[in-house]
Amino acid sequence: MNSLSPKLPLKISWQSMFTLLMFGFMYLPILILAVYSFNSSRFSTTWEGFSFKWYEKLFSDVRIFEALKDSLTVAFSAVGISAVLGTMMAVGLAKFRFPGKGLYRGVSYLPLIIPDIAIAVATLVFFSSLFGFLNPIIQSLNAFLTKMGLLSLPLPTLSIGTVIMAHIVFCLAYIAVVVSTRLTSLDPHLEEAALDLGATPLQAFIKVLLPELIPAILSGCLLAFILSMDDLLISGFTAGSGVNTLPMLIYSRVRTGISPDINALSVVLILASALLALTSEYVRYKGEQRRLNR
Amino acid sequence: MSQTVIRDYSVSGTDTRLDVELRKVFKVYDGETAVRGIDLDIHQGEFFSILGPSGCGKTTTLRMIAGFEDPSGGEVMIRGKSMLGVPPYKRPVNTVFQSYALFGHLTVWDNVAFSLRLKSCGNTELRERVGDALQLVKMSDFARRFPAQLSGGQQQRVALARALVNHPTVLLLDEPLGALDLKLRKEMQVELSNLHHELGLTFVMVTHDQEEALSLSDRIAVMNNGKIEQIGTPSEIYEHPKTAFVADFIGDTNLLKGQIESIYAETLQIVTDSGLHIVAKPKTLWNGADSSSSNSSSSNSSSSNLSGSHASEAFVSIRPEKVHLELSPPADSISSRNCYAGKLKHVMYLGTHVSYQVELATGDRIAVLQPNRSSLMDLGTSVYVYWAAEDCLALAPQE
Repeated sequence: MNSLSPKLPLKISWQSMFTLLMFGFMYLPILILAVYSFNSSRFSTTWEGFSFKWYEKLFSDVRIFEALKDSLTVAFSAVGISAVLGTMMAVGLAKFRFPGKGLYRGVSYLPLIIPDIAIAVATLVFFSSLFGFLNPIIQSLNAFLTKMGLLSLPLPTLSIGTVIMAHIVFCLAYIAVVVSTRLTSLDPHLEEAALDLGATPLQAFIKVLLPELIPAILSGCLLAFILSMDDLLISGFTAGSGVNTLPMLIYSRVRTGISPDINALSVVLILASALLALTSEYVRYKGEQRRLNR
Repeated sequence: MSQTVIRDYSVSGTDTRLDVELRKVFKVYDGETAVRGIDLDIHQGEFFSILGPSGCGKTTTLRMIAGFEDPSGGEVMIRGKSMLGVPPYKRPVNTVFQSYALFGHLTVWDNVAFSLRLKSCGNTELRERVGDALQLVKMSDFARRFPAQLSGGQQQRVALARALVNHPTVLLLDEPLGALDLKLRKEMQVELSNLHHELGLTFVMVTHDQEEALSLSDRIAVMNNGKIEQIGTPSEIYEHPKTAFVADFIGDTNLLKGQIESIYAETLQIVTDSGLHIVAKPKTLWNGADSSSSNSSSSNSSSSNLSGSHASEAFVSIRPEKVHLELSPPADSISSRNCYAGKLKHVMYLGTHVSYQVELATGDRIAVLQPNRSSLMDLGTSVYVYWAAEDCLALAPQE
């Protein structure tokens, strides 16, 4: 056996070559995008020198901030509602036995595997038929109300509300899955222990189960938040005329040709989500540290 | 090494007030009966164990006392009060779970203080009681740790402190030592016993470990298949099992199935199915089916000769440690009645003891446990096994 060990650090194995290739494949487009966001030329084909002008243009663009506002409104509302409903769903499924539970569980997690386009079309069809049914009723009600000299009700249309509802459909499933996974790894006797020590079922849930589930709920929310911010299809189908989320705005601008301020926007978005992921990971890590070795 | 647990029987003997009463308690899960009408009286201050194999309904019984399960029929009473419809958080009992069920997001201190905070107990009293409880289980130095930072034995102690801080009427222990390794289990057994003496509380423990039940309990209920087979002190259960199941489950035994040939006074002549003639003189009276029900005038000396067709079935139980093993048959005539020749088929060296398996001419295998005194015998040696008729129990077959 001849020893090769001193040479080993210098040797490039095929595994590391493959790894490098994979990283290149995944991140090179993003790197190129980041580089061109600093290009002073309009066109991505030529490099005319370093410049921040696209960033300046981006941060003075009111429409982008309006779109960001819409996106954040949708994401925060959908995730907030889903967090409550998803946790309740996961806990209920874990705790109670009822007929048709298996079917219910399967159906609740279906949005994870149904293609976005199907959800988008189905939600649109659902809303338009619902509005078609509701509008005549509300119109006749309004006619009656105006005769009485009262305020009339607004007619339901596609709006930011419908986008939020459509987003809840998939956010709910993601949060419920993450919370369920955590629940199965929890000691099934935790709640009983709390009851045994004098806690009412509500106190047991708030003081024992919820604190144990918080990390899972938060990570589920983060996942759902990113997916909601990222969604183009479902928002595009269910948004009314007044609503424009960030992905919708970017898509509409890119259709008419790639402009460098979109490059800059993409870089900002990547940095923002990286920061978000990093913070959440840091918080989780600190929590774990505190618990395991002090 | 030899940690003998000192027991005090006076508790169960003198104090007859009852802490827990179960009356004809049934539990049915989805059409399957887990508990089949059991009656239990647990005295105040007693260390009571419910012992049985897994799936015998012992944990379900404990959970019905704790209030996690409602009985499908019958009644559970604690200190004379019916617990029907009383939720677990209103019962004067606390439970130590097999998995400990410690709250991972709380420190040891906060875990123990949990129940007191719910009762909005005063700050000074809380500090005192939590401190006392932690001191009781020798965990004062770990108050600020989180459960995940503790070993299994330490977690067990915290679970005990958390249950005891509430001063429950009854402490329920669900396989409390099941998750610990052997050495730690022995240590905790001694501590549990000490705790029981210090506090004078009623302990109800569920276990499948017969040694644990024998060494810790004042009284034991042996459960099988949702029913109680026997309730008694450890020595009663071990020395005078009432059923074949109890004899077999508590400790090792040689169980031989046979027919009763004759009953004369307290002496039973039994022929096993393999053809072995055994004389038994059990101290407890034969309580099995007696085909000669006509002469029940004098229960103490019911003498009868059973004809073959009327012979009743019985199990003979002989503890391995009561069987003698010699190279030559014994000289005295009394014990020679239960003396059989055989060959050594299996020798197992256990350190303090040696376990032998002897195959008799009839094909029966007799387990023998001898103290490790003389040199080991070789396999295949021709030997004689014998035992006193008094050490031989006759048990009714199970229905």
